[in-house]
Amino acid sequence: MLDKSLRGKVAIVGVADTEVGVLPGRTPMEMGVEAALAAIADAGLEKGDIDGLVTCNAMAQPMMYHAEATAEYLQIFPRYCIAAGAGGGTTFSIIHHAASAIATGMADVVVVAMADAMRSGLTRDQAMMVQASTGHPEFEQPYGPTVPAYYALIAQAHMAEFGTTQEQFAAIAVACRAHAARNPAAQMRDLISVEDVLESRMIADPLHLLDCSLVSDGGAAIVLTSAERAADMKHAPIYLLGAGEGHSHEHISAARNLTTSAAKEAGQRAFEMSGMRPADMDFAQLYDCFTPTVLVELEDLGFCEKGEGGAFVESGALMPGGSLPVNTHGGLLSHSHPGNPGSMFALTESVFQLRGDAGARQVVGSKNALVHAQGGIMSSHTALVLGTEAS
Amino acid sequence: MQRCEGCMAYQFYPRTICSHCGGQGLAWSKVSGRGRIKSFTIVRRGISRAYEAPYVLVLIDLEEGPCMMSSLVECDPDSVVVGALVCVAFQSWSSDIEMPVFKLV
Repeated sequence: MLDKSLRGKVAIVGVADTEVGVLPGRTPMEMGVEAALAAIADAGLEKGDIDGLVTCNAMAQPMMYHAEATAEYLQIFPRYCIAAGAGGGTTFSIIHHAASAIATGMADVVVVAMADAMRSGLTRDQAMMVQASTGHPEFEQPYGPTVPAYYALIAQAHMAEFGTTQEQFAAIAVACRAHAARNPAAQMRDLISVEDVLESRMIADPLHLLDCSLVSDGGAAIVLTSAERAADMKHAPIYLLGAGEGHSHEHISAARNLTTSAAKEAGQRAFEMSGMRPADMDFAQLYDCFTPTVLVELEDLGFCEKGEGGAFVESGALMPGGSLPVNTHGGLLSHSHPGNPGSMFALTESVFQLRGDAGARQVVGSKNALVHAQGGIMSSHTALVLGTEAS
Repeated sequence: MQRCEGCMAYQFYPRTICSHCGGQGLAWSKVSGRGRIKSFTIVRRGISRAYEAPYVLVLIDLEEGPCMMSSLVECDPDSVVVGALVCVAFQSWSSDIEMPVFKLV
């Protein structure tokens, strides 16, 4: 029987981040290209070796043919070239696609490069316009929802159903900041406390300013190739052992459930392919546009039972040295959030960690990790299991 | 609100097919205007100058089944709770736009 599973067939062999934070004057294209070239060099390859390119569009520099424009800028001539759009979930859904493209022979060496300039490339009014354009144009937008407000609806529902508290949401921001404090590349590195989060300005109840992710400039890239080709590369390959997606709705008012997301299906599918369980993960990078997102994901991905996310977080599990360090680079909450490329940094960080190259924030001896991203309003989820051994 | 003539389910938002059974026989049907707050938030920073903060954004589980987003008006924002009963009111936003909003019962 044809083995259709992607397990262990594809590996990440090159990674690179640009500087992140507030970078006025740098265009998304320049940062995407910088990241792509650095990732190719990290893999020990030349740009002529690249025959696949995947990008995502940039809000600060939208293009009709983004991937083609990037290939043209780089002067590479790929046989597989596509720009993907699934919001924050784009990063990992496209890894799923790119790995499939390698497994089916569409390309041998694929670069995934994403960058945006949400902080410096958009005016405040433009940024609010981008926010306003999420939501159903006829049946949601007229009521004035903001992006934090959508996630506040999820938080409030979780509090009402399970007794989750604002302190528990705040503990997630505290943990991400504790990781970021150990990462010289992170945008926000000063330690914060639960009290700091609760005393920060209320944005949309129950979410305070420090429950919300950053707004940043920056980009990152990775190089993917087959396990065979990866065997004699510069760095030890980091294998894709599991991949799964779940898509449940677009608009939050049409969600099947506010407190259980399609991260559940994404996680089940990824773990099933990998042959591993949540308990086998040495760390996890979970999409953290807002703190309640992480809490729901911890439950849906099986790291704790539904309704117990608050207690799990309060136990300190997510902290450096905890039982499940989460967002070891600092996440969108403290490392950076340049829009759709945000989770690229969770991916490159996972590779740094699994290579043992994460410096002061190294999760010692880590071999397997789960990375997850979602787009929309808990709409579109992808989970990947990465590991240091193909079998 | 749209109602399927085949399975009798209500749906929101309107579509050309029934979201429960896939049937295409859909008719407009008068509904109670009553529901319950599924979730809510108080928006402290408005989306634009046209929206004066704070305002209460709600998801309403309608008595007939479907969920819709709306505004909760004429309320003390700090007294709103999940599960509270609400009923529809209509606000005139312009000469040709009348918006369904909700009030606490």
